[in-house]
Amino acid sequence: MGKVKAKSGPLARRPDNSAFKQQRLPALSTMLTANTVLPFFYFLSLISLVLGVWLLLTVQSTQENVLQSGDVFFYYGLRNFHQNLRRYMISRDDGQMVGRKNRLKTPSSYCNPFIKGQNGLPIAPCGAAANSIFNDSFILYYHGSSASLARVPLLRQGLTWYTDKNIKFRNPSTGNMTLAQVFEGTTKPPYWQKPVYERDLLDPNNNGFINDDLIVWMREAAFPNFKKLYGVLHRANTPFTHGLPAGNYSIDISYNFPVQYFHGRKEVVLATLSWFGGQNHFLPVAYLVTSGLILLLAVVLTVVWWKFGKDGRNMEE
Amino acid sequence: MSFFGLDCFRKEERELERKLRANDREYNLSFRYATNAIKTSKYNLFSFLPLNLFEQFQRIANAYFLFLLVLQVIPQISSLSWFTTVVPLVLVLSVTAAKDATDDINRHRSDNQVNNRKVQVLIDRKLRSEKWMDVQVGDIIKLENNQFVTADLLLLSSSEPLNLVYIETAELDGETNLKVRQALPVTGDLGDDIEKLADFNGEVLCEPPNNRLDRFTGTLAFSGQKYPLDNEKILLRGCTLRNTEWCFGLVLFGGPETKLMQNCGKSTFKRTSIDRLMNVLVLCIFGFLACMCIILAIGNYFWELNKGSQFTVFLPRLDGNSAAFSAFLTFWSYVIILNTVVPISLYVSVEIIRLGNSFYIDWDRKMYFARNDTPAEARTTTLNEELGQIKYVFSDKTGTLTQNIMTFNKCSINGKTYGDVFDYTGQRLEITEHTETVDFSFNPLADPRFMFHDHALVEAVKLENPEVHAFFRLLALCHTVMAEEKKEGELFYQAQSPDEGALVTAARNFGFVFRSRTPDSISIVEMGKQRSYELLAILDFNNVRKRMSIIVRTPEGKLSLYCKGADTIIYERLHQSCSKLMDVTTEHLNEFAGEGLRTLALAYKDLDEEYFEQWKQRHHEASTALDDRGGKLDQLYEEIEKDLLLLGATAIEDKLQDGVPQTIEQLSKADIKIWVLTGDKQETAENIGYSCNLLREEMNEVFIVSGNSHEDVKQELRNARTSMKPDAAENSVFLPESVSGKSVKVMADEVVNGEYGLVINGHSLAYALERSMELEFLKTACMCKAVICCRVTPLQKAQVVELVKKYKQAVTLAIGDGANDVSMIKAAHIGVGISGQEGMQAVLSSDYSFAQFRFLQRLLLVHGRWSYLRMCKFLRYFFYKNFTFTFVHFWYAFFCGFSAQTVYDEWFITLYNLVYTALPVLGMSLFEQDVNDVWSFQHPQLYVPGQLNLYFSKKAFFKCALHSCYSSLVLFFIPYATMQDTVRDDGKDVADYQSFALLTQTCLLFAVTIQLGFEMSYWTAVNTFFVLGSLAMYFAVTFTMYSNGMFLMLPSAFPFIGTARNSLNQPNVWLTIFLTSILCVLPVLTYRFLLIQLCPTINDKVMFKVRQAKASPPPPPRRTRIRRTSSRRSGYAFSHAQGYGDLVTSGRFLRRPAISRSSGFTHAGRTTTGFSPMGRSAGYSPTGRPQNAKVPDVEVMSLQMYRTITDAAL
Repeated sequence: MGKVKAKSGPLARRPDNSAFKQQRLPALSTMLTANTVLPFFYFLSLISLVLGVWLLLTVQSTQENVLQSGDVFFYYGLRNFHQNLRRYMISRDDGQMVGRKNRLKTPSSYCNPFIKGQNGLPIAPCGAAANSIFNDSFILYYHGSSASLARVPLLRQGLTWYTDKNIKFRNPSTGNMTLAQVFEGTTKPPYWQKPVYERDLLDPNNNGFINDDLIVWMREAAFPNFKKLYGVLHRANTPFTHGLPAGNYSIDISYNFPVQYFHGRKEVVLATLSWFGGQNHFLPVAYLVTSGLILLLAVVLTVVWWKFGKDGRNMEE
Repeated sequence: MSFFGLDCFRKEERELERKLRANDREYNLSFRYATNAIKTSKYNLFSFLPLNLFEQFQRIANAYFLFLLVLQVIPQISSLSWFTTVVPLVLVLSVTAAKDATDDINRHRSDNQVNNRKVQVLIDRKLRSEKWMDVQVGDIIKLENNQFVTADLLLLSSSEPLNLVYIETAELDGETNLKVRQALPVTGDLGDDIEKLADFNGEVLCEPPNNRLDRFTGTLAFSGQKYPLDNEKILLRGCTLRNTEWCFGLVLFGGPETKLMQNCGKSTFKRTSIDRLMNVLVLCIFGFLACMCIILAIGNYFWELNKGSQFTVFLPRLDGNSAAFSAFLTFWSYVIILNTVVPISLYVSVEIIRLGNSFYIDWDRKMYFARNDTPAEARTTTLNEELGQIKYVFSDKTGTLTQNIMTFNKCSINGKTYGDVFDYTGQRLEITEHTETVDFSFNPLADPRFMFHDHALVEAVKLENPEVHAFFRLLALCHTVMAEEKKEGELFYQAQSPDEGALVTAARNFGFVFRSRTPDSISIVEMGKQRSYELLAILDFNNVRKRMSIIVRTPEGKLSLYCKGADTIIYERLHQSCSKLMDVTTEHLNEFAGEGLRTLALAYKDLDEEYFEQWKQRHHEASTALDDRGGKLDQLYEEIEKDLLLLGATAIEDKLQDGVPQTIEQLSKADIKIWVLTGDKQETAENIGYSCNLLREEMNEVFIVSGNSHEDVKQELRNARTSMKPDAAENSVFLPESVSGKSVKVMADEVVNGEYGLVINGHSLAYALERSMELEFLKTACMCKAVICCRVTPLQKAQVVELVKKYKQAVTLAIGDGANDVSMIKAAHIGVGISGQEGMQAVLSSDYSFAQFRFLQRLLLVHGRWSYLRMCKFLRYFFYKNFTFTFVHFWYAFFCGFSAQTVYDEWFITLYNLVYTALPVLGMSLFEQDVNDVWSFQHPQLYVPGQLNLYFSKKAFFKCALHSCYSSLVLFFIPYATMQDTVRDDGKDVADYQSFALLTQTCLLFAVTIQLGFEMSYWTAVNTFFVLGSLAMYFAVTFTMYSNGMFLMLPSAFPFIGTARNSLNQPNVWLTIFLTSILCVLPVLTYRFLLIQLCPTINDKVMFKVRQAKASPPPPPRRTRIRRTSSRRSGYAFSHAQGYGDLVTSGRFLRRPAISRSSGFTHAGRTTTGFSPMGRSAGYSPTGRPQNAKVPDVEVMSLQMYRTITDAAL
């Protein structure tokens, strides 16, 4: 074994004296000793405690501020809707939605059974995921001090990841044609009321495959209960410059999306955000519990060590 | 690898007998015998791919992955893209294929080289040079000196007198000494006359091709006569012609049918216990996998019934499949997803680790023996971890424990001892390497390697003390050594036993140089004067006589008999006048024996011319007598060997190898039991047992079993047991016979108070190994600390090993150096060969080889222990990381409608085992050491956990699975709870599937990497680099896979675009990763810390000590040699083989009637090489002729060449 070295002489076959070959590589030898483990436990407990308290305070304070200041986000939520079924998730064609001309008319077989419409034309966008898009629309009204209803302005764009809007979803290049012309020869998904090129006739940057609602929907949720961003409060004008003022609100819902089929529920969520994302009580609580747990273990270990292992008593042979 | 390529196919056809006619190709071709072309390669260019793939897919793991691949092609089932399986599979297959291909190319090369060698063949009455592969059965070929024998040949004629040829059989059996073959006189007369040879039309009828190297039967029919053929007339392929100008041979077997090729059957493939355990576990895992898949399929069934049917609005079922069918498909989908519990990379990684650890053995300088430039060699790369679990070591003695070098240490001449060195106060000095040696420069013929320390002896020689001269004259004359003088003044002795060599060498250095011999004379140089003694008779050594004598006529015409032999035997034959000298010499002999030296008494007498003439006459009559020749000769010898005059005694040291006692002590501290199995006689073996620390004076008792009947042996064994464990005697009448006959059961170890030793003799062992008694024997033997079996045959050695293997669930190791050890080396779990000495047979069939016995402790206590530790840590961690990985899928199933959705990105699944976690764990398994080698030696107890299988067992595996289960729960539910209702800090989505997948896989990778950190206790720079590098690699690869470019290239293969950028910048993602890491680590840390505090293992204790010491301890003090000073043990120095007397004197009868070619001297010189011994004393006949018919025929397996075991007592 090994390569034959071009050595000669009486010690020709002597192995090299390298640290690697002689297994003498310098190394840090680690062992769980009381000197390292116990301080580590106490330290970890402390860190968790600090993090937990900090997170908890953040969550509490943002909750209080929900209606006073800052950005307000409007979400719709679905319960018991399985966007995460395997067959549902793969039933889409990213190639089509990134605007590949050849894929537009010949969608991937993964889109089955929503590849071709009843008229035999290819569906754009194809697949079960796109077909089942959430199509309710909401209008939020503010019942201000006066009796008049003020429509709360919602920004319906800028709801998506930059990469989704600009790279993952692209319309086929139009050249000097209109979007509708480009999509000619395709048909809308069966459950859609309008074809994809009419999703937002006002803004070409929100029409077709790069429509924000479509993109948000196509980012499939990991769990059956999820919420998706519908709009962001537009704070340009009073009384909404500092967020939503206190008062009564009502929501006008145009109800299109059927949930009775799957025994699901819809919901609407208004939320403000903290520095670490949504108002999530789990993280702070989890950190606090963990901190307590570690502290408990640390104490137990300290006692055990004190009784048995101090000064290497347990290590005598 | 052998020059001839030993991996070859075996031909299956059965031939009943072989018939062939010389020089008649047409006739011979009708039988379709194989030609001389050999093919050891397996593949050719076109068959490589299909054949190699076919072979590879016969492995269960590969076949399983092929099956998965097939599943993945079915779109309804495919839950993972094809590349997740194809990439690892292709990688594994191509690595193996590349290895197989290089091996095969090498085989092709060596085949070609061998097949294209040229040899002279007699065709059409002319000698023509032909390629080896064109030689056919029935051809007559001519071989020249130093050529390889082309095929199995019938020797026809040779250039040497009496049609002798000398061959070296190193390729066949590894022995480098020359052997003699002799042609039939009738064919020998053909000489080198081409015409005659071409007319030769003898017909041979012989046995069909077989693999017995030591046997041949056949007949030659030529000119109406039939001649029997035996092995002595056959030259086997693989031998080399030596000292023979030319010879002619008739091809009997060619190519694949030669005995060499017939012998290269597959050697049994050894597997380690970890391998077997792993196979069991993999089967368990398959079962477990099926269970999980069934649970999930059932879950899917109910989900489809309840919820799925409602969801069909959005996701119609295809072709109206029912819930049950969906569940069926889901089952297979989950088989694919969860396949990572049986990772394909497991087997590859295990092989890599073993290979790495084997390289360490090859590279170890501390197992390199500089004196003969021999490094240790791991010849098998698949058994490493088993080295860490050895419980029984079976060792040979000669050449293994001892150097098989005899040194002339002391002597007693005429009542005065020589050999000790005293200082000026008269205190005896310990002889070390630095003690001044005697200068032999006065003697130009002295052997420079000979060392002697006592100047008094040289002075006595120089002063021409007559007794001292007679003493050395005897040593120079009375022996059967052959001398070879290649250059003037450079003498080489070839002795049948090393004892004899040592004595003759001693005489040589003291000025009595044995120079040469002819069948009837011996030339010696006495103090510079050449003298030639007429050799009149050799009264050879045998086991009963225990002495040898020689009768010579001095140049002055005086008749003398010189005799040397066992002291007790010689003493019986001494003249009364020596009684005083006898007493003094006896004292000296006792002293020598007490030091463990082998002694021999020397005596002589002058003979009366008349008496001798008459004796010679009777001797001649006796030696031609037809009945009871042996008895009559013995009587004659007895008659003449009496009234001898004592000259003195010699003491020879059977030198132990360096460090043997220390090694044995270390191994026994490591709870390894050492059994010495030797062909030596009981006294010698016992003696060595004491000197190498195996048997100790402190032992409570050393039992000796030497009964000569079934009942005796049984009684002796029972007595031994009773005295070791008196209370155990009643509780059973020692295993009823019926139990012992039953099928295999495992015997538990019995604890005995005190230390005992057992010495058992060969003939008793034969009884002890009978079925009815083997358990009795094993029980008794296993209660003893040390067991020595003497006078065992090779077959018995293997039987003893098999016995222990059968009833003890323990790993065995056999170590030996000679052909007689091959059987036990093959039988034991691990075979170790001592290399660098003559005879490579043991090494060739061994798994590991090194030059010195003392390296065994390093092999076991360091390499073995580390390998075992590494392998177990590797397996534990490997199962942990894959189970954790897989179980997360299981939990996710409950949230995704059991739809076989993966939790992770498919690329992550593909690369997890191959890239992200491969190197750190490999690094651990290649570099890990709990404590360094010095401490390993300091605390041999560290070896014990390996013997008890503590590091990796079914229990440990179960613990791994539980731990994984916990980790996977943390790794799934913590991200689930944090993510399910959250958003990014800018309100955008982060609870989507892709972000969740990324988060979970990142958590997983951190968790398993940190876990690895806790497994590892030895952080080299490489390890650190691997761990951090792999993490960095993960992020690099992830960002690349999720980059715009990759997506735009292949949108459907890289749909995760942007996920990394958009979620890994979120604080809550990192807070989750941190939390899962803490929670995964917490119980492990707590558990381990508690274990260390409450019940620390031996490893913990030693590691703690190391930490306290901080620096490595000074090397353990070398124990000085333990010398026995008590009772006299050793008897006589001869090995128990028949001497060479016959061969020496037979030259007389061998000589051709009209010899013209060579003068007597050169002839004799040449002849000697034919008789050169095998460099060991353990009783092998150099010519391979059975010397004792009583010995049961030892079956010859494959290449091994057991000769006979000459043991008259058996």
